[in-house]
Amino acid sequence: MNVTAIKELLYKMADDLLIIGHRNSEWTGLGPILEEDIAFSSMAQDKIGQAGALFEILHELGEDEPDTVAFMRDANKMHCAHFVELPNGEYDFSIMRHFLFDHADQLRFEMLANSSFEPLAQVAKKIKGELKYHVFHANTWLVKLGNGTEESKARMQTALNESWNYALGMFEVGDFEKELQSENIFEGEEALKTRWMANIVPFIEKANLKIPDTKSWEPILGGRKGYHTEYLQQLVEEMGEVFRLDPTAQW
Amino acid sequence: MYGNAYIDPNEKPLSILDGEDPIKLAEFEARIDRGEKIEPKDWMPKEYRKQLIRMIEQHAHSEIIGALPEGTWITRAPGFKRKLALMAKVQDEVGHAQLLYSAAETLGKSREAMINDLITGKSKYSNVFNYPALTWADSCVIAWLIDAGAIINQVANAKGSYGPYGRALDRICTEESFHLKYGHHNVVTLATGTPFQRQMVQEALTRWWPPIMHFFGPSDKISNHTTILMKWKVKMATNDDMRQQFLNMYVPKIWDLGLVLPDANLKKNEETKLWEYTEPDWDEFKRVINGGGPCNAERLAVRRMAEEKGRWVRKALLQKDSSYVTPLA
Repeated sequence: MNVTAIKELLYKMADDLLIIGHRNSEWTGLGPILEEDIAFSSMAQDKIGQAGALFEILHELGEDEPDTVAFMRDANKMHCAHFVELPNGEYDFSIMRHFLFDHADQLRFEMLANSSFEPLAQVAKKIKGELKYHVFHANTWLVKLGNGTEESKARMQTALNESWNYALGMFEVGDFEKELQSENIFEGEEALKTRWMANIVPFIEKANLKIPDTKSWEPILGGRKGYHTEYLQQLVEEMGEVFRLDPTAQW
Repeated sequence: MYGNAYIDPNEKPLSILDGEDPIKLAEFEARIDRGEKIEPKDWMPKEYRKQLIRMIEQHAHSEIIGALPEGTWITRAPGFKRKLALMAKVQDEVGHAQLLYSAAETLGKSREAMINDLITGKSKYSNVFNYPALTWADSCVIAWLIDAGAIINQVANAKGSYGPYGRALDRICTEESFHLKYGHHNVVTLATGTPFQRQMVQEALTRWWPPIMHFFGPSDKISNHTTILMKWKVKMATNDDMRQQFLNMYVPKIWDLGLVLPDANLKKNEETKLWEYTEPDWDEFKRVINGGGPCNAERLAVRRMAEEKGRWVRKALLQKDSSYVTPLA
């Protein structure tokens, strides 16, 4: 097993989940209806828990404790996609990101449930079961808002246009893609993206929305390599604010 | 989490039974005396309905406004364990609001109307949430002691006569008991931690003690009004009784941790078995409940912003026959 390759894979997935979970939790108390505060909080709890499980595997592979890794790194040491770092904006963008991200993540963990790296395959089986409900929630809202009022339709189309290149950036290819494929650890980002397209298109059509013209497709890359939006450093400073007061203390 | 319903002392007490059918009223009171629960479609006096709406609505508002001071610490909670637990706790509080608005809706006021009265300042919520949670330790003190106070209030009210409210409170109290454990564990961790952590939790406790003493409200004026509400099992215990119960249960636990409470007169009178304390500043309480606290404006502004930003979403969901008044518990 190529441990470096596995670590790279685990870090980007764990960081995606940690950061999107953090963003989801920011809806608590502020949702458009109470039921959505509760829904986003549930998803946030799942995602933070899933991130924790992946950081546990990393810890077993020799990395620091999950709390230290998650709460003490600066942005340039993180591997999440730019898409998850962006502020929540309004509900249109949050739902669109939720839809595009969760479809990708559900497929990712479905693929990883067959990984030759057994600890990851085990965790992936559990995670994909949880993500099924996240995807179900996203689909429902996408179709409702896409078929709602003139305002909601326009907002959702704008959100899709603004999200698209960020969403493509989720599939940024890592340095160890071939190793992961040849050792049957992970089929790779390209295969994932193909499946993702096949899954999201029917829902986008049901929502009467249009994917931007292929000519404008330009994946926003860099996150997997430690280059991030300005928002990530602010986020990690906030997340670590109390923990960093005394990292040796029990909190 | 919630304190006690604020009853306006200036409200006219004599109009309570005006125009009620004496036979129906006698039947209603006999049912309550027998310990029966009143359900949404049963006959009830107008004043009973009005007081319950006010009480449940204030309680529901307290849950969503209460999610704000603690919610700001979700993004800063130190470590996976605390972050997950705090998210779940605040989510519970929002869920309580959902249950309670649903219980109040069975009495004839829509959730939208209630939220509208909240953001226009027409209806109240628990006064404690008009104070800021300045540090992580403040969020821990809130989770322990404010939730402890809420449990005392809610366990009493759960035995009240209105079925949907009582059942909602039973569920809420079960969840609150976990919040209490969470809060207690956090406070113990800080109080037994580094000198810095200890100082942090002591300062938070000192800051929160006056709002905690205010939590159950001023001594009840023994009036015709209060007597009838207690007879109808709308109000289940006096504010002073609940405050005594709280002090009796929690002051020894606070002192056990070596923490200091900012009231030199606080002690239990072994003869009367009652706690003696410096009378809280009720002018401050009135000033804050009427909008003059450090966070009143901010809390309502945040709630108003959430309502305004969510309006387009609710409009998109709106269907003609989507209103419902079935209690969730």
